[in-house]
Amino acid sequence: MRILVCVKRVPAPGSRINVTPDGQAVDTSHLGFTTSPHEECALEEAVQIVERHDGEVTVLTLGSVSSEEQLRYAASVGAHNLVLIPISEVDWDPQRTASALTTAISDIELAEGSFDLILFGNESADAGGFQVGIRVAHALGRPIVNGIKGIDLVDGTASAKREIDGGFEVYEVPMPAVLGIKEGINLPRYPTMKGRLASKKAEVSSTVVEAATGGQTRVRLHRPVEQVSETVILGTGPEAAPAVVDLLEELGVLS
Amino acid sequence: MSLLILCDHDRGLLDEASLEALTFGRDLANKAGISCEAVVIGAGAEEALTPLATHGAERVHLARHDVLIDYGPEAWGETLTQLVRSNEVTAVMACGTDRGNEVLAHVAARLDEPFVANCNDITPGDPWTMTRVQWGGSLLEDAVLDARIRVLSVAHHAVEAIPAEVPGAGLVVQFTPDLGVEATRTVVRDRVVMTQGITLTTSPVVVGGGRGVGSEDGFVPLEDLAGALGGVVGCSRAVTNNGWRPHSDQVGQTGTRISPDIYIAAGISGAIQHWVGAMAAKNILAINTDGEANMVSKAGYAVIGDLHKVVPAITEEIVRRRG
Ligand SMILES: Cc1cc2nc3c(=O)[nH]c(=O)nc-3n(C[C@H](O)[C@H](O)[C@H](O)COP(=O)(O)OP(=O)(O)OC[C@H]3O[C@@H](n4cnc5c(N)ncnc54)[C@H](O)[C@@H]3O)c2cc1C
Ligand SMILES: Nc1ncnc2c1ncn2[C@@H]1O[C@H](COP(=O)(O)O)[C@@H](O)[C@H]1O
Repeated sequence: MRILVCVKRVPAPGSRINVTPDGQAVDTSHLGFTTSPHEECALEEAVQIVERHDGEVTVLTLGSVSSEEQLRYAASVGAHNLVLIPISEVDWDPQRTASALTTAISDIELAEGSFDLILFGNESADAGGFQVGIRVAHALGRPIVNGIKGIDLVDGTASAKREIDGGFEVYEVPMPAVLGIKEGINLPRYPTMKGRLASKKAEVSSTVVEAATGGQTRVRLHRPVEQVSETVILGTGPEAAPAVVDLLEELGVLS
Repeated sequence: MSLLILCDHDRGLLDEASLEALTFGRDLANKAGISCEAVVIGAGAEEALTPLATHGAERVHLARHDVLIDYGPEAWGETLTQLVRSNEVTAVMACGTDRGNEVLAHVAARLDEPFVANCNDITPGDPWTMTRVQWGGSLLEDAVLDARIRVLSVAHHAVEAIPAEVPGAGLVVQFTPDLGVEATRTVVRDRVVMTQGITLTTSPVVVGGGRGVGSEDGFVPLEDLAGALGGVVGCSRAVTNNGWRPHSDQVGQTGTRISPDIYIAAGISGAIQHWVGAMAAKNILAINTDGEANMVSKAGYAVIGDLHKVVPAITEEIVRRRG
């Protein structure tokens, strides 16, 4: 089983997101970085599948050279091959990103054989374009379903669970297939000490890919208007309980 | 020249979110000087037609085909693409639900056009400009679009669905797409409906716990309080990451969006990704040892103190007053 997972390096902001003065990016000067949560789960799923069925997990990212950090983290939790498409800008638009990923995937498949499964996140945590995986799947001529919270592989068919209101639907897609994963499909493992050490030595292959810009251009990022409200402090410690219950009565939630 | 709006339904039951897209779209079409049209796809579509004209649809395209039974992302995407190609369509739109965004991404991929997801403001000019949601709502992006056919989704809840002052004509036009095997590769084989009680999304009261709860067992008093108030328990991602609660309890950007009458957030710092899931609550009560926590400054009400003492005291007080 050969599985590819596409992940993106994103900043991890705390209580508010600040924007750079030119409005082109999130101000990351005081922030750490992480992998988008949906993609972290996609990676965990890939590693679990390979543990059950044998095979290899390749992780691909398009981003600044610092994205090596996320690739190495992937290796520390079980990925075998790491591929970086380095770019110098902060972010590429979704069409350009998808086209570069498609080229890189086709190149890898030509050299090393095709992937049985390609996993994406349902949407990236920062840009949230809801499209890169679908564009890539379409360009590769493969089926794709988004929003997946469960995968079962039987005889060349992927059966994939997707939540709907009050239940779930099961899609069956022939492999090779592409799936967009949602957080909650599994609980990602933490790296072991051994995994961490091995990931430091793991090889990251870099592949430069050119792609034309798409039709969506960023003008600027900005924060939504925040409603500032005064907080009413009802009290300190358990002595505040009567005041809380007064409030609950007032709000009519204590029927 | 038209603005074509995908209206989603499930076996004939119209998704209310589609009416938001129509409400948003008819104003947009008006500003752009083009006609506002709707499309409904698949078996049962005719049952979902009635509200579309009252919400402003001049024409309603009814797309039917033997293979179009339940929802299928590729089949719907292909159908919509063919409809766009066979009409003079200026823009295609849907509400930014899971399905809406998914189908539009398929359409954009097929048309080789950009797709701008989750807009809450669109100005049709030369070029079209828009404001869209990033980070699940914590950040906005102004963008310009260079496209022959504009593919856009409207952020869910960006507008409220309101019937048009002057209803559309709602002229029904049949459409039969030409669908090959590829369109049916991704179809629903099975559907499992679980028993429905109150859920995080519908509950009037949510008692949320964060890392401050400290353990899986630490949630018992929160369960008790939720029980006393006829509500449910929610949690932060720190909690799900620790395996203390299932992901289905998670509130936030990558969890569930809640809108209860009151959200009681205990031991939660109020990171922006948690806040976007909770901010639609009508009232928020933060319980935190740290008076400076973001959740405390953003909440309408707060108790400063140890949740392990405060939460049981509230439950006791409720029980005491009920006698
Ligand atoms: C892309 C992305 C998406 C994310 N999506 C989500 C999401 O959907 N939902 C989500 O929740 N998070 C999400 N996160 C994580 C988020 O950034 C925070 O890490 C997380 O919300 C923190 O959880 P917490 O508030 O429980 O923990 P902490 O930030 O550690 O806060 C614990 C709080 O408990 C208080 N406390 C401690 N002990 C007590 C006590 N005894 N009594 C009372 N108070 C006490 C502390 O003062 C503190 O305020 C996401 C992060 C990223 C990068
Ligand atoms: N720069 C990138 N590098 C690798 N994968 C990406 C990148 N951007 C997006 N993706 C993948 O595409 C998915 C959807 O992204 P988006 O269309 O931005 O919501 C993400 O969850 C990732 O799996």
